[in-house]
Amino acid sequence: MSERTAPATEPAPAATEAESTDTEVTSGATAVIRALENADVETAFGVQGGAIMPIYDALYDSDIRHVTMAHEQAASHAADAYGVVHGAPGVCLATSGPGATNLVTGIADANMDSDAVLALTGQVPSDMVGSDAFQETDTTGVTAPITKHNYFATSPDTVGDTVGEAFALAAEGRPGPTLVDLPKDVSLGETDREPGPGRSPATCRPRTEPADAEVEAAARAIERAEKPLLLFGGGVVKGNATDAARQFATEHRIPVVTTMPGIGAMPEDHDLCLSWAGMHGTGYANMAITHTDCLVAVGTRFDDRLTGGIDTFAPEAEVVHIDIDPAEISKNVHADYPVVGDAERAIERVDAEMTASPDAREWCEQCLTWKDEYPMDYAAPDTEPLKPQFVVEALDEATPDETIVTSGVGQHQMWAAQYWTFREPRRWVSSHGLGTMGYGLPAAIGARLAADDDETVVCVDGDASFLMTIQELSVAVREDLDITVAILNNEYIGMVRQWQDAFFEGRRMAAGYDWCPQFDKLAEAFGARGWAVDSYEEVPEAIEAALAYDGPSVIDFHVDPAENVYPMVSSGGANGKFALSEDQL
Amino acid sequence: MSDGQTGLQGPAPEDRPHPDGRRNAQGIRVDPAVESEREPRRTVLSAIVEHEPGVLSRVAGLAARRQFNIESLTVGPTTVDGHARITMVVEEPDPGIDQIETQLAKLKPVISIGELDDDAVRAELVLLKVRGEDPDKVHAITEMYDGKTLDAGPETITVQLTGDEHKIDDAVDAFRRFGIIEIARTGQTALAHGGKKTVPGEEPGTSGEPTKPTTNTTSK
Repeated sequence: MSERTAPATEPAPAATEAESTDTEVTSGATAVIRALENADVETAFGVQGGAIMPIYDALYDSDIRHVTMAHEQAASHAADAYGVVHGAPGVCLATSGPGATNLVTGIADANMDSDAVLALTGQVPSDMVGSDAFQETDTTGVTAPITKHNYFATSPDTVGDTVGEAFALAAEGRPGPTLVDLPKDVSLGETDREPGPGRSPATCRPRTEPADAEVEAAARAIERAEKPLLLFGGGVVKGNATDAARQFATEHRIPVVTTMPGIGAMPEDHDLCLSWAGMHGTGYANMAITHTDCLVAVGTRFDDRLTGGIDTFAPEAEVVHIDIDPAEISKNVHADYPVVGDAERAIERVDAEMTASPDAREWCEQCLTWKDEYPMDYAAPDTEPLKPQFVVEALDEATPDETIVTSGVGQHQMWAAQYWTFREPRRWVSSHGLGTMGYGLPAAIGARLAADDDETVVCVDGDASFLMTIQELSVAVREDLDITVAILNNEYIGMVRQWQDAFFEGRRMAAGYDWCPQFDKLAEAFGARGWAVDSYEEVPEAIEAALAYDGPSVIDFHVDPAENVYPMVSSGGANGKFALSEDQL
Repeated sequence: MSDGQTGLQGPAPEDRPHPDGRRNAQGIRVDPAVESEREPRRTVLSAIVEHEPGVLSRVAGLAARRQFNIESLTVGPTTVDGHARITMVVEEPDPGIDQIETQLAKLKPVISIGELDDDAVRAELVLLKVRGEDPDKVHAITEMYDGKTLDAGPETITVQLTGDEHKIDDAVDAFRRFGIIEIARTGQTALAHGGKKTVPGEEPGTSGEPTKPTTNTTSK
């Protein structure tokens, strides 16, 4: 499929023959909505409340589709996932006080994963700010550390411009969340001033064109490498650099590993792709990263779950680091050859500068040997209990190649990432940096609304993750969203249980339930369809039925509660010393 | 999926080849034989920022949450309308100083930021309140450090001293003999030597439009 780039190329899901009409600006609130329309926003996620009511009133006459979520946290996650799949920032709204603080988790999540999100929050009237008024929270204070920038609107005349600027800033350069806090008097205040075209602030425009000297130095380093390795991060996906990145890898025959957010930047069934590296990455990716002599990292911040202990990370490698954010250069891992700029542009420039491909035939052979030596596999007896990895493979098999997969956080997330074969970017939608349990279902809602109608959306969830945002099933039912939730239910907060068994002498404190709800019945109570599956033979039938159902469906897979996620690099350990089972930790 | 009970296969961790190389705490690849950790150094950063509400808290908050070691921070308006200068004394190893600059440069109100050279002109102001029992001796020390007496009475004498950090430190030591009751220091502020610009791309005069240099990597 082609990459998703500009929002303008996406047909509006709700578009009809009738020409869309722009909101007439009569107030601060209508100026806000007009600014969103000017930015081609088609969908917004939110929850009503006192201080944001003027904004909702302005939405009443707008063509923007508003999806009322059950909880504001879900609104920020849905907006985040919408943005990941769509390519343009997702938009979420909430009222002041608890509405705004409930958004915080999703904003922090977007910040950690560099996802473009615009949050609009209501605020008490300006003259009451600072008085501890009803539902007052210092929202710009609370969200300053987790946004690229946030704004406190001060005038109906300029609030439209501010919203346009915040939307543009969210997408500019390294994407991330922005927020505009809207005091009620600003929203209600009269104005007829139409917002101008939204531009990101002059002080935040990144360098996109890499410097010649940096490009030359990087090219020379790659040319002379004997064991070069490409590391594609989320920046390749978000920078729409997938085509350039793949072209570079195949032209020069350089093996590729990805980070988790970088999944899909390279087709995982390509002979050069070693899948993703890090704590639960493949053995072969971690072997390659350990032995490379030239690591060419694109759009990654070298998260500790990727690097393991810094002292043993790619210990023999010269590091070429391409990133649009100069602050990521040498933050965690020293960049011998930094290239600051747009990912696609930088890859093309380095490619054009190279006069020869590195001679890496032996190294490629070695990487293939590691693929054979450390295959991703799991023990699967013929009888119950059902293995969670089997369920993931069965789902992958039963769904089209370009299915969008969202997940919560924990063991199920790792199995989904390990055993689903991703071939395209923006198909794996998960919470990486913040590790937010409960992300999966609201993300599936956001992804569904951003996806084309003929695309399939599956949420692979865990029982504990699902319970954290289960109320959003009501939204999926009301909006008639065709999503399938597959719960890998082991009746544990499984990753915690795994760590307790490995590092806390099996003392399972607060990791399990005495009683787990029947999720298939709960789904039916919400108005969705539900199935419970205990055995291998029931798996294909349930998956087929759930996928065939045109609406929200939930399959509760009762999987082996003793199954653990491996390979595993212990926290702070060496990637090359990944354990294949608990006794190797 | 494999039949039976096998699961993941492959050589155990201790049976795999592992390279000898390593990186130091700053992620810099080091010779296995040489221990190499960069030493912290003290330097002055100067930033031109948009003079708007909350700018100081954004700068200070960023420094706090990223554990940047900031010794002092001063802020005040410049000759350009709507601009202010923030001067920071920081103490970090080299990669840390780069981090402070690049992270601060990302803040929307930060227009430009740079590190001052060693020959920069630096000064700070201190107010010292000492016991007033020995006014002549207090006066003599104050004179010695080119200070000024701001307030004198039978109980206390308050003097003002200005100068670079070393001079102020020496002066404070000299006043200790009188018994320092209270002290207030502004922290250092600084400008580049001679015709050099304090902050890269800094515009003199009263142009209102913030500009960012495009050639300097530390200021985006």
